[in-house]
Amino acid sequence: MTYSEDMATLDAADIGFSEAEPRDYFALLKPRVMSLVVFTALAGMIVAPGAIHPFLAFVAILCIAIGAGASGALNMWYDADIDRVMSRTSSRPIPTGRIKPQEALSFGLVLAAFSVLTLGLLVNWFAGFLLAFTIFFYAVIYTMWLKRSTPQNIVIGGAAGAFPPMIGWACVTGSVSLESIVLFLMIFLWTPPHFWALALYKVGDYEKAGVPMMPNVAGMKSTKRQILFYAVLTAGVGALPYVLGFASPVYGVFSAGMGLVFVQRAWRVFRMQDTDAVMAPAKSLFGFSLVYLASLFAVLLVEGLAVRFGL
Amino acid sequence: MDQVKLTEGQKKVRRRRSVAIALALALLVVLFYVATIVKFGPGMFDRPL
Repeated sequence: MTYSEDMATLDAADIGFSEAEPRDYFALLKPRVMSLVVFTALAGMIVAPGAIHPFLAFVAILCIAIGAGASGALNMWYDADIDRVMSRTSSRPIPTGRIKPQEALSFGLVLAAFSVLTLGLLVNWFAGFLLAFTIFFYAVIYTMWLKRSTPQNIVIGGAAGAFPPMIGWACVTGSVSLESIVLFLMIFLWTPPHFWALALYKVGDYEKAGVPMMPNVAGMKSTKRQILFYAVLTAGVGALPYVLGFASPVYGVFSAGMGLVFVQRAWRVFRMQDTDAVMAPAKSLFGFSLVYLASLFAVLLVEGLAVRFGL
Repeated sequence: MDQVKLTEGQKKVRRRRSVAIALALALLVVLFYVATIVKFGPGMFDRPL
């Protein structure tokens, strides 16, 4: 970039003219996290008793997705310093300089406001309030407070990722119920073994960034014990939709089988040697945890659709 | 008065960003238009003159 009719030649960075592509802004929304949020919110909405107009259901899912994306953008704004030093996150738009932190902040705030207001106006205000609380919880409670101060960061912060099916449920019913709390718990209890499995083999990254993840603070042994503890709880809660009667025996058998595999993978992590450099069991648990959660919600979703269409 | 001259690359990305914003705004218009009809329902025109 240059000043015409002037000798001064200025670097693009001096003027601050953005060179970001639309896809950089899309990356701020953490699309992969967003896809899981959309999926679990949709499952919550379909399983919930009652009717919702299909177009309003589409609007609700869009708002929840944008709201989740907004919290992702706010997270990237605040955590740019950490993202810069971690291999997993160093290519994000802010660390690479494609988007400025204040641009990400404005983008996140505008999307958060739009998604909450639209959900409130077009669907219902209780769901809008839940979405606002979820964004606040992720951006402020987790990102700004817990993440850098306690190894329990992802245990408590996991609530932010667990709210979407509850919001989906609230879009239909306008309330919270025991069933939606179970859907919440399924994700809430799954989060620690999922993230700690990753933290075990990314321990160096978190150490470098100064993030107090469980393996860095409490050590490998304690983390592996806690992974097993939460895996058992996750497997137990995973079967509750059948026990409470809002899922079929097919789901009951499926969730029990998947729960057993989940616990078995966590057991292999528990038995893993501290000197193991490859940490194959931890990688395997991390990969399986994604399959576990997605498949349980997929079965709930299919069963819910079958009930709605009278199959 | 000084004028800022953008490079071709900067013009190109600015155009792409403008198109993305335009599409998002158009989507919002359609969204609120359809949602208004859905919320009012078929009784929208059923009122005494």
